[in-house]
Amino acid sequence: MLLTRIMLVEFFKTIGRYAQLMGRTFSKPDSWKMFWRMMPREMAKLGVDTIGIIVIISLFIGVIMTMQTVMNTENPMLPRYSTGLVLRDTLLLEFSSSIMCLLLAGKVGSNIASEIGSMRITEQIDALEVMGVNSASYLILPKIVGLVLFMPVLVILSSFLGLAGGMGVAYFTDLITLDDFIYGIQYAFIPFYLTQAIIKSFFFGFIISSVSAFYGYFAYGGALDVGRASTNAVVNSSILILLSNIVLTQILLN
Amino acid sequence: MIEVKNLFKSFDGKEVLHDITTTFYNGKVNQIIGQSGSGKTVLMKCTIGLYRADSGEVMYDGRNIVNMTTDEVKKLHQEVGMLFQGSALFDSQTVLENVMFPLEMFSNMTQKEIEARAKFCLSRVNIDPVAFKLAPSEISGGMQKRVAIARAIALNPKYLFCDEPNSGLDPVTSIVIDKLIAEITQEYDITTVVNTHDMNSIMETGDNIVLIRKGNKAWQGSRNDIFSSDNEALNDFVFASQLFKEVKAAQSR
Ligand SMILES: Nc1ncnc2c1ncn2[C@@H]1O[C@H](COP(=O)(O)OP(=O)(O)OP(=O)(O)O)[C@@H](O)[C@H]1O
Ligand SMILES: [Mg+2]
Repeated sequence: MLLTRIMLVEFFKTIGRYAQLMGRTFSKPDSWKMFWRMMPREMAKLGVDTIGIIVIISLFIGVIMTMQTVMNTENPMLPRYSTGLVLRDTLLLEFSSSIMCLLLAGKVGSNIASEIGSMRITEQIDALEVMGVNSASYLILPKIVGLVLFMPVLVILSSFLGLAGGMGVAYFTDLITLDDFIYGIQYAFIPFYLTQAIIKSFFFGFIISSVSAFYGYFAYGGALDVGRASTNAVVNSSILILLSNIVLTQILLN
Repeated sequence: MIEVKNLFKSFDGKEVLHDITTTFYNGKVNQIIGQSGSGKTVLMKCTIGLYRADSGEVMYDGRNIVNMTTDEVKKLHQEVGMLFQGSALFDSQTVLENVMFPLEMFSNMTQKEIEARAKFCLSRVNIDPVAFKLAPSEISGGMQKRVAIARAIALNPKYLFCDEPNSGLDPVTSIVIDKLIAEITQEYDITTVVNTHDMNSIMETGDNIVLIRKGNKAWQGSRNDIFSSDNEALNDFVFASQLFKEVKAAQSR
């Protein structure tokens, strides 16, 4: 009972500190010049540099999902185009918009938390503050904006590559004909699914960058603590992505 | 000039600073000395405003930082330079970019002027131009300290704070850094506050020395008063070393 109460208090304290940090992050930058210099760099580091892993994973997921769908649904009642359709909708609705963000939380989240965390323990953040710089806005805002703006690119790229993987299966094997597959991925396409995927990705990009920055910013101690901050960042942003995915899906698909 | 008046500071009910009143003068190297854990860093951070004092005043030439708003503190901080214990150079930037940083953030100079000013500051602390394009991790600890001094003086600060500027440095490099801080202080008439427990720095550069013991101010004076003083706390601190005991004995003979 007492324990739950202590945990609840800690929980709300954390939320409060997070909200306060975001307040400082989204106040007007001390220098727009610096913001515009940092933001594209962060976009390159957090977004562009993750394209490689997204390419590989999305292609393979497209391949394997196509094979599984064809081989496990040998039901004559199902139309032959269903494989393409299932792949397309799964990619858009869940894989490229949510599962992929969990992967990003691992890569990008630990990157952000360890970068900001090591700046904290080596007093670089104090140095910014003593200069009169709003360190939260200077360090965190370019990361959030850079990642969020780049998210749609990653989502769309991932969906296309997943489809390309499926198409590869159709082309190189005789599990399914290319015509059936292509007919499937065009059949009954609902454009809103794409919009929905992009909206979700904005939220998830925000969660990954802001939560990871939070854990890095309040790191305290030595190198081990930076490692701990980075683990916390990945675990907590993943959980938040999973939870908010349910809420967002409810809202968007109703 | 910075006047600290009746400053108190506690962490979680544990009193770390008790009723500190002192003055740091411009054009002088003001030192806060004392044993490890006595509260030197806390006193410095309260003075700068990185920690909020529980009560008391810290007057920067008449402006009290304790009751300023966050925005006012930010403004004041643009007149403050600080040298951190671990240098705290930005490791994602080169040596030159580090010194250009405060100028890019807060000055209205053109890119050319910024670069010229940064190069001037680096040459003032004797950094060879070869090192300008290097990352902070690629230069020695002593050089990092000097680059950090260059960054701290880039915006012509009125107040300069140095937290243990020669920790981790060999005695020769320590003296170079101490001398540099003293020269810059006089040259630009800066109010410089240095945290140290290094007897060498104290005897070399301490113009105005405040001794902190267990959160209390125990003594204040200049390096010339140290050997003649019979303040108990000061003697405990200074003559912990046998060498200095002998020096004092020799002097009084
Ligand atoms: N953020 C903090 N929270 C709680 N206690 C603190 C904090 N900072 C310092 N203290 C406590 O205040 C006391 C004085 O610490 P301070 O860092 O000022 O010592 P110091 O004189 O600078 O020592 P050193 O020479 O080792 O740097 C210590 O007992 C320390 O535990
Ligand atoms: Mg200290």
